[in-house]
Amino acid sequence: MMYYSRLKLASVVAVCLLGVLLCLPNALRQPAPTVPWRQIHLGLDLRGGSYLLMQVDMNSVTADRLRTLADGTRQALLGAGLGYRDIATDAHAGTVTFTPRTPSETEADLKTLRAMPMAVANEFAVAQRPDGAIAITLSPEAMRLRATEAVTQSIEIVRRRIDATGAVDPEITRQGDDRIVVELPGISDPERVKHLLGTTAKMTFHMVQDSALGATPGPGVSLLPMMNAPDQKLPIADHVDVDGSDLTNASAAIDQQTGEWAVDFTFDSVGARAFATTTKANVGRRFAIVLDNKVVQAPVIRSAITGGNGQISGGFDAQSATDLALLLRAGALPAPLSVIEQRSIGPSLGADSIRAGMISLGVGFGLVIVFMALFYGRFGWYANVSLLANLVLMVAILSLFQATLTLPGMAGMLLTLGMAVDANILINERIREEIARNRTPLAAMQAGFERATSTILDSNATALLAHIMLFAFGTGPVQNFALTIMIGIVTTLFTTLLLSRMLMVRWYARTRPTVLPV
Amino acid sequence: MFSRPLLRFVPNGTRINFMRGRFIGLATSAVLSIASVILFLHPGLTLGLDFRGGIVVEVRTQGPADFGQVRAALAAQHVDAAGVQSFGAPNDVLIRLDAPPAASADHEARTQALVDSVRHAVATLPGAQVLRADAVGASVSAELFRDGMLALGISLLMILGYIWFRFEWEFAVSAVITLILDLTKAVGFLVVTHFEFDLVMVAAILTILGYSTNDKVVVYDRVRENLRKYRTMPLAELIDLSINETLSRTLGTSMTVFLAALPLALFGASLSSFAWVMLFGIVVGTSSSIFIAAPILLLLGEKRLRRDARPPR
Repeated sequence: MMYYSRLKLASVVAVCLLGVLLCLPNALRQPAPTVPWRQIHLGLDLRGGSYLLMQVDMNSVTADRLRTLADGTRQALLGAGLGYRDIATDAHAGTVTFTPRTPSETEADLKTLRAMPMAVANEFAVAQRPDGAIAITLSPEAMRLRATEAVTQSIEIVRRRIDATGAVDPEITRQGDDRIVVELPGISDPERVKHLLGTTAKMTFHMVQDSALGATPGPGVSLLPMMNAPDQKLPIADHVDVDGSDLTNASAAIDQQTGEWAVDFTFDSVGARAFATTTKANVGRRFAIVLDNKVVQAPVIRSAITGGNGQISGGFDAQSATDLALLLRAGALPAPLSVIEQRSIGPSLGADSIRAGMISLGVGFGLVIVFMALFYGRFGWYANVSLLANLVLMVAILSLFQATLTLPGMAGMLLTLGMAVDANILINERIREEIARNRTPLAAMQAGFERATSTILDSNATALLAHIMLFAFGTGPVQNFALTIMIGIVTTLFTTLLLSRMLMVRWYARTRPTVLPV
Repeated sequence: MFSRPLLRFVPNGTRINFMRGRFIGLATSAVLSIASVILFLHPGLTLGLDFRGGIVVEVRTQGPADFGQVRAALAAQHVDAAGVQSFGAPNDVLIRLDAPPAASADHEARTQALVDSVRHAVATLPGAQVLRADAVGASVSAELFRDGMLALGISLLMILGYIWFRFEWEFAVSAVITLILDLTKAVGFLVVTHFEFDLVMVAAILTILGYSTNDKVVVYDRVRENLRKYRTMPLAELIDLSINETLSRTLGTSMTVFLAALPLALFGASLSSFAWVMLFGIVVGTSSSIFIAAPILLLLGEKRLRRDARPPR
């Protein structure tokens, strides 16, 4: 207890020096080859920027899946020469139901459906219901997988869209099962980003069922509104002839003939082939370009289009054409996203907060140092040395993990410093008591270290428990506060149980005092 | 200053008879806590954006704010102008609006759209800039509230469990009763000061609870040690002795945490109310370690802790 080997001494000093080295990048502007380049990131509250919490619409993922399943069912039955009636989807139960043309076809229907690739992959189960209808139910595992995929894919698309806006250091992370957090440093007005992310941008090409014009649409046909005239509706086949995801490029351009803004696009080979086949087979009919369930335009096909190039025009201006091109290039979101929480901080408020945090940290640190020096003398100064080491190590650990620092995080550091000297105070008070009981300096110091250790561990453990809970249940800035305090508890244990104790012991060994400065 | 301490916080060997005043201490604490509970019920806490939902926009205008002009600009964007208030500097304006009723289908979208409308309104004011704009939907605020309360509740249970594990149940129960009394006073303080209760305040309260527990652990540690050392000393006397022995440490540590939090309260910008709650909590926590936790321990343990000479764990 009263002896520290050279090796131990060297390793404690080495840890502190390593801490200083890790802190360095935060003080430098340019990366230097001699120091490890890992910096603390400033949080949005200090740097200015926006935070968006977005919800992925899982109901629409299910609905989409069911629509595909219903379409697939139709194709499979027709392909096998079988008929069906009353085909319907139930999003709540996750089922597609239909009634066989005649009860005698039931067996053949079931066999055909069970041979579908999706059924082979166990994505759905087929069963006959008591009323004779056939129910196709998506398996929960498959739905969960779909949902996970949808969120993962959404994150990818969100990232592409945000990158395309030129945002610097955006952070896009998943939160929980169906949420995405987007953090945009430096963007204090997120209106455009919100608009870009709030658009699904699912573009598909369908045939217009002109025969159904004016009548109630039959199965497989939906009435969709025109984008520019929502009151006007067109009967559009549900079947997707060409998918907008098969694009290689899209760009905003001015139409040479009309002088209006339009979006030019180029299909990849799959898209080009589908586009050519469809246009060739349907010359003279109307072909609808559908974006997010709205018809952008529905031109008549004059001749087969084989080049794989196309153009969309529909009353765009420069901004909306540019944004649509961006959205088409980045790809469609698998499900609509909606913002449920946004927080944005302007750069001037961020600068104010940095100043407030630094002043508080400086003044608080200074007050604690003066207090310790006045009330605990030499041992107080040792505590102050370890307090400085504590601050350095906290910054070092935050830098090492490239953690984010927010204003609450700075408060956490400050409170850690205020609390860290508690261990030194405990030891010093104990030494004082032992001296009052006429112990020798050596015995008093030994008793001080020994008795204080379990108290120090106990009190830090309870503080740690409270902050683990805060970290587990908090969000953003509050989590950051809890994180800095948890890191602070670890560095405090190191600096007080090792560093300041070692300083005291080294001093004792060097001077062999008869009276302790307590 | 560099060798012997210049000042002494508490003189050596104090013999203050704290336990004599235990009923006054408990009564004062009970009165304050009951008052806090009444304040909590009426008028109640001012819920912050995190827990109430809605939007808050902070605007800095060029020169002293013209509230009439700000209200007119908001009205032009069909935004309810009732939520305009001043805060801080004379050129700062705070616009606060509640979320649309959660019953409507598109309430989330409308909450988010409110921010854009306010931004558009601010853009029409010459030289005005948006410092901060937050919008929290009803589902998020409900979740944040639930999570905040869970964090508080589970922390209290874990502290109870920890002290129970390390000490005997009398210690754990008196610590948690004291913590609950501390907690109610912090709530009363929030009501009186009109500080907004949000996640950051939950963090402040949890930090206070952590530090307050700290204090109690140090005193209890000494009580346990003295129980072993002085087998025959009456518990009241023994607790008094333990408090006196640790008084210097209790006050010293409270002082350093207080000094660390003080600049944050004075210059801490958006964290200043957080820091005031911390300061209040430090004072309450320190006094409750001496005047509340120990007397409760005495009441609970008078028969049990001294019943036999069995050395405590």
